[in-house]
Parts: sequence; C-alpha cells; structure tokens
Amino acid sequence: MKARVTVTLKSGILDPQGKAIEGALKSLGVDGVASVRQGKVFDIELSGSDKAKAEAALKDAADKLLANTVIENYRVELL
Amino acid sequence: MKSAVLVFPGINRERDMARALKLASGNEAAMVWHAETALPKGTDLVVVPGGFSYGDYLRCGAIAARAPVMDAVRDFAAGGGLVLGVCNGFQILCEAGLLPGVLMRNARLKFICKDVHLRVERSDTPFTRGYNAGQVIRVPVAHGEGNYEADEETVKRLEGEGRVLYRYCSADGVVDESSNINGAAQSIAGIVSERGNVLGMMPHPENHVEDIMGCTDGRGLFAGLVAHLEKAA
Repeated sequence: MKARVTVTLKSGILDPQGKAIEGALKSLGVDGVASVRQGKVFDIELSGSDKAKAEAALKDAADKLLANTVIENYRVELL
Repeated sequence: MKSAVLVFPGINRERDMARALKLASGNEAAMVWHAETALPKGTDLVVVPGGFSYGDYLRCGAIAARAPVMDAVRDFAAGGGLVLGVCNGFQILCEAGLLPGVLMRNARLKFICKDVHLRVERSDTPFTRGYNAGQVIRVPVAHGEGNYEADEETVKRLEGEGRVLYRYCSADGVVDESSNINGAAQSIAGIVSERGNVLGMMPHPENHVEDIMGCTDGRGLFAGLVAHLEKAA
C-alpha cells in the first residue's frame, strides 16, 4: 500500500524559505504568484492491506517524528 | 562535577565542551554514545553539545531527540538533574519535548558565525550564578536555525516565569531589533524548563573559556554549575 504524508507550516508561522522562493519566482517573471509556503512530502510504502491500521500507523509516524506539531500541520493520504 | 556529554553521529562540538567542563571542574567528562540506554552512575550534569546531528535531516535535532539515550536523559531531568543543551543541543532538547518551542530558520536565512553579546537576565539559577544579573557577555554563535519561536502563550509564560536566562543584545546591553541576530521571539538566546533544571541556548559558551580563545566570558556558566553542585553536595 502506498501512502503520502504532507507536512506544512501552520498559518501564522513565519516561513522565510517560502518568502525567498516567492521572491525568486517573481524575479523569474512567473505570472500571478501571490505567495508561497513551502513544506515536505513523504512517500511511504506500507506492508499489509488494512486501511484503518495503515492510517493509524501513519498518524503515529507523523505525530512522533515526521511533523513538529508546535509549528506544523500534516495530512495523511492512502494512494 | 561529573558531566556526561552526549555524542550523536554528526555532532562536532563535543570535544570543545568536554574541554571546557574539565577546565571548570577538574574532572574528565564521560562521553556517552547515543545508543546507550543509561547515563554513567553519579552523573551531575548532562550536556547535549552542538553540531549537526544526523546531518540536520528532517528538522534540526529531530532524529537525535528520538535516540535511545534520550529516554535516560528524560528520566534524569524528571528527577531534577541538570541538563545543558547548546546550539544543536538546544534544538534536540526542544524536539525531545524537554523545552518548549522550536528553533526555526534564521529570519534572514543566513548561517551566522560570529561573536555576539548576551545579556544575562538573572543570576539566581544554576546556569547563571557565575554572572551578575544584567551582565553582558561575549560568546560565539554558529547556526542557521536559531530563531526561537513558540506560540504567544508559551512566550508569555517564559517571560512571566523568568525563564529567559540569556538574550541577544548590543555590546552595552541594549536588547533591540538590530542586536537580535536571528529574529528570535523576544531576542531569546537561552531558556530554562519550568523546573529550572534544563537550559537550552544557541550560543557557545564553551568556546570562550581560555585566554587563547581571545575571550573567557563563557567561563561563568561552567563555574556557576560547579559552584551550584558543590553547594548542593
């Protein structure tokens, strides 16, 4: 089973990297960019086929390690 | 003072730290590998040194914070034991949940490697008793992620409980935006845990302890710890 965990900064958390990327896109002349927030994507392969179990394991992984919930949100998807 | 210095893959300031601890206490520090599950018997102080544990992968300190030895450090801290985290060590302590908040990318995105001035906010703690309250000391920083952030309530609590021990300032002790090198909330350079026995700080006091280093302002921190433990014993 394939899964994806997406980790993003909570709104209100300053994202200097996102700001720098936004500036670079603007200087490249990419049209219509209002703002950029950067984050992380984890593609994870799971053994087993129980979807509920898989989701629980992914949440556990995100809470324990993949995200720092002080500043980050995460989203779990089974693909 | 019996110190234990934790060693993780990618840490590179552990020997500077051990040298400073020996200088202050006369005792050789024990170097404790991250895979250990216990601290040496009779440890008075655990130090999490600076460096780039696990190459700063995922988030600075995130992987080291989950190493086996950290459970022993958590137990040690829960029992009131003194824990000092410097630079990557501060990041590791935050990730391990021993200190609140997080160290974000420096506001201007640059790695900062230079001497800075710190104002010592109070002198009645084990980590600052070698200084006077309001004293300004000069110590080096070397970090890309030292911008301390926490939610508003946490910052308010830290301030209200007097848990900010070190703050970035100018040479004459003024705390303002221009002396706040990395954009940290309230110019925070170092904080202690609720119980006051765990300190995390971004600057490197261990690198200003001998005349040959050009400055000895960092000595006070280590001398204070030694004095505190002698008094306790």
